[in-house]
Amino acid sequence: MTGSNRLTRWSLRYIALGYLGMLLILPIGVILVRTFDEGIGAVLDAITQPTALSALKLTLITVIIAVPLNTIFGVVCALIMVRSNIRGKAIINALIDVPFAVSPIVIGLALVLVYGQNGWFGADLAAMGIQVIFSTPGIVMAVIFVSLPFVARETIPVLQEVGDDQEKAAETLGASSWQIFWKITLPSIRWGISYGIVLTTARALGEFGAVTIVSGRISGKTETLPLYVQKQFETFNSVGAYSASLILALLALGTLLALNLMRRKEN
Amino acid sequence: MASSSTENRLSRYRVQGLLVIALIAFAAIVAGCGSSDSSGGGSVEVVAYSTPQTAYEEHLEPGFTDTDAGSGVSFTNSFGASGDQSRAVEAGQSAGYVNFALETDVTRLVDSGQVAKTWQDNKYKGIVTNSVVAIVTRPGNPEGIESFQDLIDKDVEVVTPNPFSSGGARWNIMAIYGASLNQGKSEAEALDAVKQVLSQTPAQPESARVALQAFIGGAGDVLLSYENEAIVAQTAGEDVDYVVPDDTILIEQPAAVTVDAPQAATDFLDYLWTDPAQQIWQEEGYRPVNKALVDETRFPTPSGLFTIADLGGWDKVATDFFDEDNGSIAKLNEELGVEAQ
Amino acid sequence: MTAEAPAVSPAPEAGKPTRAGVRLPGVGDSLNKGLVVTYLGLIVLLPLAAIVTKSFEDGLGGFWDAVSSPQAVAALKLTVIASLIVVVINAVMGTLIAWVLVRDNFRGKGIVNSVIDLPFALPTIVASLTLLVVYGKDSPVDINIAFTQIAVVVALLFVTLPFVVRAVQPLLLSLDRDMELAAESLGAGKTRIFWRIVFPNLAPGIATGIALAFARALGEFGSLVLISGNVPFKTEVSSVFIRGQIESDNLVGASAVSVVLLAVSLLMLAAVTFIQRWGLRHDR
Repeated sequence: MTGSNRLTRWSLRYIALGYLGMLLILPIGVILVRTFDEGIGAVLDAITQPTALSALKLTLITVIIAVPLNTIFGVVCALIMVRSNIRGKAIINALIDVPFAVSPIVIGLALVLVYGQNGWFGADLAAMGIQVIFSTPGIVMAVIFVSLPFVARETIPVLQEVGDDQEKAAETLGASSWQIFWKITLPSIRWGISYGIVLTTARALGEFGAVTIVSGRISGKTETLPLYVQKQFETFNSVGAYSASLILALLALGTLLALNLMRRKEN
Repeated sequence: MASSSTENRLSRYRVQGLLVIALIAFAAIVAGCGSSDSSGGGSVEVVAYSTPQTAYEEHLEPGFTDTDAGSGVSFTNSFGASGDQSRAVEAGQSAGYVNFALETDVTRLVDSGQVAKTWQDNKYKGIVTNSVVAIVTRPGNPEGIESFQDLIDKDVEVVTPNPFSSGGARWNIMAIYGASLNQGKSEAEALDAVKQVLSQTPAQPESARVALQAFIGGAGDVLLSYENEAIVAQTAGEDVDYVVPDDTILIEQPAAVTVDAPQAATDFLDYLWTDPAQQIWQEEGYRPVNKALVDETRFPTPSGLFTIADLGGWDKVATDFFDEDNGSIAKLNEELGVEAQ
Repeated sequence: MTAEAPAVSPAPEAGKPTRAGVRLPGVGDSLNKGLVVTYLGLIVLLPLAAIVTKSFEDGLGGFWDAVSSPQAVAALKLTVIASLIVVVINAVMGTLIAWVLVRDNFRGKGIVNSVIDLPFALPTIVASLTLLVVYGKDSPVDINIAFTQIAVVVALLFVTLPFVVRAVQPLLLSLDRDMELAAESLGAGKTRIFWRIVFPNLAPGIATGIALAFARALGEFGSLVLISGNVPFKTEVSSVFIRGQIESDNLVGASAVSVVLLAVSLLMLAAVTFIQRWGLRHDR
């Protein structure tokens, strides 16, 4: 029995690793090799270019805006979907899933249709001096759109599972609804929220297709890091492109690492 | 799961709080490293197609600021696929000076009122650089391709951008078509030649630069592209050769200023037609529009060179050939699709 | 017990009676609902409405013409079939990988676990170029599938990798091993144990992962740019076709095909929710 156990375990392990190896590890290995093709000096040089730093700054700004907004939205959304008796849950549910279902190209097109010069609100906003498309707000909106569902989707099942007994008990003991939320509900769903934040951040960092259309690509101003990566490829600067991609990967891994650290600290 | 003590929870929030503060601080620091605006003789917002990026940023813009007219002028630059950029300006992107890969991308802005109808009323009809459609090959031209007809006769795999997603790719199509006409073929036969080449494409990437990368990455035997694209690739160290067929089309790349552009933009455009600027363009791989400056050893004029005007001009060609419902190329695509299934 | 890495699953059943008495923070249910609805409306509904409106600008006839053109249909066929293939592979491999990551132990497991999310964070153009380098003409492992329909599937597999894995992992983590051990001691074979005891608990996660992977695959664009070839009627997917329509200034056609893609995705998501609810009902 042990023998066949081990055989099963090993075959499963090696099938999984083989698949991951071919699909994920090998390509990532290639990225790493190509990044450091000309040495670490070239990489450091590439990522400290002013245009690269501007792109990084813009990406970080969009992430710092999009992630907290989507997190708050996700938590509030989970609360009303699981703990309340409002009507229209099915519609809200469907709308949350829309960002998963829409191609990035379409998102860009949609934003232009709404906020572009010939769009629904573009001319009016321009008259007020507000430019959405081809400026930072448009990029932020695109990034918010694509990373919207994650916190909600991660938190809802967790909130469902933990149940509200503790909350009910606290209420009978006279706690205010804010106290209940902050001290009982929030901690109980913290892993749903945290994991949702990790996914939201990763998605926000890497968004390319929609931003392509709404950004205006003004070098040093409205160029995000993924767009910068594309431009470096286009000008045959592969070290620059791969270095910038490495930064994006590290940022994403960083959030996951933070999560794991917090988890380990608890256990 | 056992509930943590209040202490643990507080310290956890402290960690999370610290992380957030650290992130914001980092962002603030990076934000502080932004470049400052320069004041002085005005600002030009350049919105152009992707190929001349290096030419503008490293040579032409510094060259202009060295002149009297350009002293103190600052630039913002946006480069991308020609059609995308043109549409962006139409949809409200701020621009003072525009330079695209083909005329219809400027016409779009004329129609929207952003570029004056008189943009072509000058010596060079609004064209700031020239190039030609070339056949990019593997080093040493192993297939021995010399003309578009060779593509068909030798049945090679051809990479070309999709003519419906890349305005610039339309030059390729019209080059094949016009070359056939030059050889005495009828219009129907010329269209057939285009259809034949299109049937030999393993890849039709969405833009000229992506097509070049796909080709370098191993797609196809040859690539149809602009001569200046091939030169840029070679300068960047890529291992490609190129052939300029005897019968090929003159690529004319237009530039214009927008109606509410500052004077600096008009000055910049005028500068680009001066001899020094045209020489810079030539060094970057373009053919000067000022014929007197063309270096015939580097850029020999093809014996059968023709222009889009010879084929009816872009307005007519865009409708007759590239209208996506009734254009002849659209019909070719459909026929190819039906045959493929 | 709260799961370690929570699953991403479709929403709870609408209309389920509320746990009475617990008030939400802030000013209560209505305001929170108002906030959510406003946010969703501004960010999601408004752009969506613009697309739908645009798609019917030329009337029903115009809509139908746009989506029934041979090239559009060919692109849609390729997109849907490739996405379905990808989804089936993901269902199997995603579950397997999650299983190995949870139940097995080997050196480097932590690293493997961390990189699973990278397809999310890498700009899709990086994915595209890397796949071209690894599986193109100069492939280090001598596999050249560039510019074929297989390339489309491979690129889609890359970008949809995290979905099923991350949906199944938390369910596996919170699984009660006692039932499996009991069944084993009663002499049940491993396959039987898996299908009868483990799989039903994983099914919701697999279903969710599949739905999300399918939606992502349908709309994928960036990672296909360099490796698929984009030849109409052969290797052109719907998102590339839509882009072509935008480039040809045919916004109505682009919007129409987008609406169709969106409808297919939402249908799949709805089907998954339905199946899950049906499964839950039959459990009881």
